[in-house]
Amino acid sequence: MNSINPHIVLNTEDLAIGYQQKKEHKTVADNINLSIQKGKFIALLGKNGIGKSTLIRTISKVQNPLKGTIFLNKKDLSNYTNKELATKLSLVLTERLPESQLTVFELVALGRQPYTNWVDKISKKDQEKIDWAIQLTEIEHLKNNRFYELSDGQLQRVLIARALAQDTEIIILDEPTAHLDMHHTYKIFNLLKRLVVNTKKTIIISTHQINLALEIVDELIVMNSDLIVSGETQKIIDSDALSTLFPKEILNFNKKLRQFTINKDN
Amino acid sequence: MNFKKTYTKQFILLSVLLVLLSILNISSGSVSIPLDEILTIIFGGGSAKDSWETIILNFRVPKAITAILVGSGLSISGLLMQTLFRNPLAGPFVLGISSGASLGVALLILGSSAFGGYFLTVSFSSWGIAIAASAGSFLVLSAVIIAAQKVRNTMSILIIGLMFGSFTGAVISVLSYFSEAQQIQQYVFWSFGSLGNLTWNEITIFFSIYLVGMCGVFTIIKPLNSFLLGENYAKSLGINVKQSRIIILIITSLLTGVITAFSGPIAFIGLAVPHIAKLIFTTSNHKILIPATAITGAIILLICDIIAQVPTSEFTLPINAITSLLGAPVVIWLLIRKKKIYV
Repeated sequence: MNSINPHIVLNTEDLAIGYQQKKEHKTVADNINLSIQKGKFIALLGKNGIGKSTLIRTISKVQNPLKGTIFLNKKDLSNYTNKELATKLSLVLTERLPESQLTVFELVALGRQPYTNWVDKISKKDQEKIDWAIQLTEIEHLKNNRFYELSDGQLQRVLIARALAQDTEIIILDEPTAHLDMHHTYKIFNLLKRLVVNTKKTIIISTHQINLALEIVDELIVMNSDLIVSGETQKIIDSDALSTLFPKEILNFNKKLRQFTINKDN
Repeated sequence: MNFKKTYTKQFILLSVLLVLLSILNISSGSVSIPLDEILTIIFGGGSAKDSWETIILNFRVPKAITAILVGSGLSISGLLMQTLFRNPLAGPFVLGISSGASLGVALLILGSSAFGGYFLTVSFSSWGIAIAASAGSFLVLSAVIIAAQKVRNTMSILIIGLMFGSFTGAVISVLSYFSEAQQIQQYVFWSFGSLGNLTWNEITIFFSIYLVGMCGVFTIIKPLNSFLLGENYAKSLGINVKQSRIIILIITSLLTGVITAFSGPIAFIGLAVPHIAKLIFTTSNHKILIPATAITGAIILLICDIIAQVPTSEFTLPINAITSLLGAPVVIWLLIRKKKIYV
């Protein structure tokens, strides 16, 4: 693979996403044609309710597409078994973890489940991967803590470590900075960027931190109600894709400042 | 997950406790038999009195074995339900599964008189009761699961479980109304719960079904652990969530069904023991929790049974009352204590 013909890890063809309610299709978005390159940091942008989570759930096979096909390494996603997929794609979800007494180490170790035997025995290689994930996310000092004792920022790092331990080409995170302050948000973005550079993994996040995403990520997927645009961050900024993200009367995208500004006239 | 070092101490301690309590359990009863006699009888030696040998080998040892099977089996069922529903208050009783088993048995015992003695021959065989109880518990559990898929909220699922409980209770009342006194008495005695009265033959049947369930439990350690993160994460870790859920439900209904069949509905063990095991072992890893819960359950039911004998007296109280007397305060204490931890 060379730069002219980049390695595509994930692409979609005429994908339509949404929900099946009884016999009716409730389409959230359609005509989605994405192609995601290996080793990129990609942010999925869009206003609340536009279908970011639905898209993420569909490309990670948590729910089925209404139409079209998703290819993971050129193989139809529906042809992957759960177990096979678990070694290619890992997730960090927004849902709260159920109450339990899991320690940070145990939580990260659960990421090794696709590789462990029937009683979940940790092999030497599993141990190495767990240690590696814990080290990369800088959570060594939390290893023996229970996960419910952690702050939101720490918990997010632990969940990222769990996904890393799963040792997949792609990691998808649904709003990983939803409950975090500016400082911790930046730290998570920075961590993810470092992981992309150092491990050559493909990381896709959905986020509302647009200003920060524009500074850090390699590529953007912008979801508008009628059109989904994707490409390198600079190209998207130069196009008008971002200006249609929010109602123009309230928020304007300023290409020079590379951020949204509030319309003071209102 | 690797923890061997940390938990050996607790396991050794509990195992020693289990053996001591088994002996204490066998030695307690209305006829007092010296301890050295008991030990010689258990280990195959003869005894000075034939009656002692009969009491020990045909009554007390089967009862202690039943206590161990019932205690461990119900506790494991409770643990599985708590993990599956991700709710600390789930258990075979709260979810109406035991009520389902009761309904099955009630239909058999009371129904036989209500419908004119049609099933009379079946109702007195232990197989008949076992099958009726298992079928009943499986039926209610399936209904709870179907409901669970429609409503995601776990609180609603528990309420639905309780509703099934009252519903089956009402059906049993209606059946009782149309039944004869003798059948009602038979059913009421069954519902008091009893660990005794099982012949070696029945214990063999009981143990075989118990063993199938227990072997099944050890095959689902991995899905159980993945459920600690919620179903979506479990799926993303390559677990077949639907299949695992069905296996968990089958094992639970098998264990709860066979236990309720042979010893009547025994409350609270399934709900309280997993919490006690979690407190002692402070882990959520099922590789540790499954054996820990089983041993703790066996120990607690042996204790309950010793109390039910009312030592140095002629009385034997219904075991179902003792487990609730002991279990209810434990659950209350846990809830109060838990508030302190999590808030």
